Amino acid sequence: MQILKVKNLSVNLGGEKILQNITLEVNRGEILTVIGPNGAGKTTLFKALLNMISYEGEIKWEPNVKIGYVPQRLDIDIDVPITVKEFFKLRGKIANAKRIREALSFIQLEENILKKGLGEISVGQRQRLLVGWAMMDNPDVLLFDEPTADIDIYGQESILKTISQMHKKLNLTVILISHDLNIVSEYATKVICLNKKNLCYGPPAKVLTAQNLNELYGGEKAFYEHKH
Amino acid sequence: MTDLIQPLIVAIFIGASTSLLGAFVILRKMALAGDALSHVALPGLALGLMFNFNPFWGAAGFLLLATLGVWFLEYYTTLSVDTLIGVFFTVSLAIGVLITPQQELLEALFGNISLLSRQEALFSIFVSAVVIITLLAIYKKLALNMLSQELAQSIGIKNRILELIYLLIFALAVALGIRFVGALLMGSLVIIPAASAKNIAKSLKSFMTISVSLGILTTILGMIFAFNSKTAPGPLFILISAGFFVITLIIRRFRFALK
Repeated sequence: MQILKVKNLSVNLGGEKILQNITLEVNRGEILTVIGPNGAGKTTLFKALLNMISYEGEIKWEPNVKIGYVPQRLDIDIDVPITVKEFFKLRGKIANAKRIREALSFIQLEENILKKGLGEISVGQRQRLLVGWAMMDNPDVLLFDEPTADIDIYGQESILKTISQMHKKLNLTVILISHDLNIVSEYATKVICLNKKNLCYGPPAKVLTAQNLNELYGGEKAFYEHKH
Repeated sequence: MTDLIQPLIVAIFIGASTSLLGAFVILRKMALAGDALSHVALPGLALGLMFNFNPFWGAAGFLLLATLGVWFLEYYTTLSVDTLIGVFFTVSLAIGVLITPQQELLEALFGNISLLSRQEALFSIFVSAVVIITLLAIYKKLALNMLSQELAQSIGIKNRILELIYLLIFALAVALGIRFVGALLMGSLVIIPAASAKNIAKSLKSFMTISVSLGILTTILGMIFAFNSKTAPGPLFILISAGFFVITLIIRRFRFALK
């Protein structure tokens, strides 16, 4: 069943073409990974999917679909005056004590983190917190903007494990921006290579060829296939 | 002493509404932009004085135009809003100074709360109440929008409308305060209590509560000093709140040292 259909999506910002003629489809339970160099329009694609910017073409979500969004990072000061608990509460009524507890156990954070400042906790903890925050309303789809960009190897692994668990447990649909081609080949069911235009699209085994990647990133990439 | 009661009550309301607004100005990291924006009120104020209509409406009108301009630029152009605010709003201060009648200039720049009629006083209290109630009604959405627009959007918050409401409230609160502290000092009345609160607050609730308490305390002390020394209250407000800022900074230092 299709949960998202994008047809001929184009985005212009300030006279510059950020995205051109993107077409893709996502079925329920799929993990679509978006790859591409910096400035390729990956985050712009997400903004269009969240209906935050004006675009041409068609973006069709399944009716009444619930979208959870996990940003790459929060641009906040270390002393931002808001606690983790209050951050949960910003979601409004659904953020009751029970749901907050569930979210915390899901992302494996202790309850004493609730009293800490949002800017005070580690980047990895905050990233997991954002995952829990997005999951609170039991979304059908999760949009992840490079969830592992800012964190160390340990943090990355735990985030990825969480994502993969959620995907399996809840038949969640995931759309993921990632720079890490190993992640892509391991987790994705579908890949789209983006560099303003749609350069390749399909299952990872088919799409992640040396030629495609060369074209995408414009040079040799330290990509190696996992052979287990 | 009875002369003091009315302006004191008005001052408390204005202190509360502007310092609550300030919490969100600080959260949005627009302390400087907010300050520059408040200068736009001066030409409007001057027009009111020149053509004999209530300067509040002149100031409010100009602020409204300016905030709508900011909103439009932010959403529909790729121009740097910060730079434009810095340039145009300082220009408007210059124009305001030139066209304000000479004998009124000092009052327009630095304000005077004790000259209020009963009607004006009631009106000020009413507008302050509107500002406070609106902010309390939307503060969660506003805080989320300021932390991350994308997160806000993802849970269905209409960012553009929310920001428009916020800017309108900003215009209203600033126009209100201009009469009392003047166009030059208004920005500081908004920002300093919240900046002080941020030094010591860890939660959003305590941030808002401390900011409003300091705002109220500042205006009360300022009014009493102004009444006793027969000076304009505006500069006193700013000096007192700056004093609180220093105190909170010291408390913060100690806290960090203890950690």
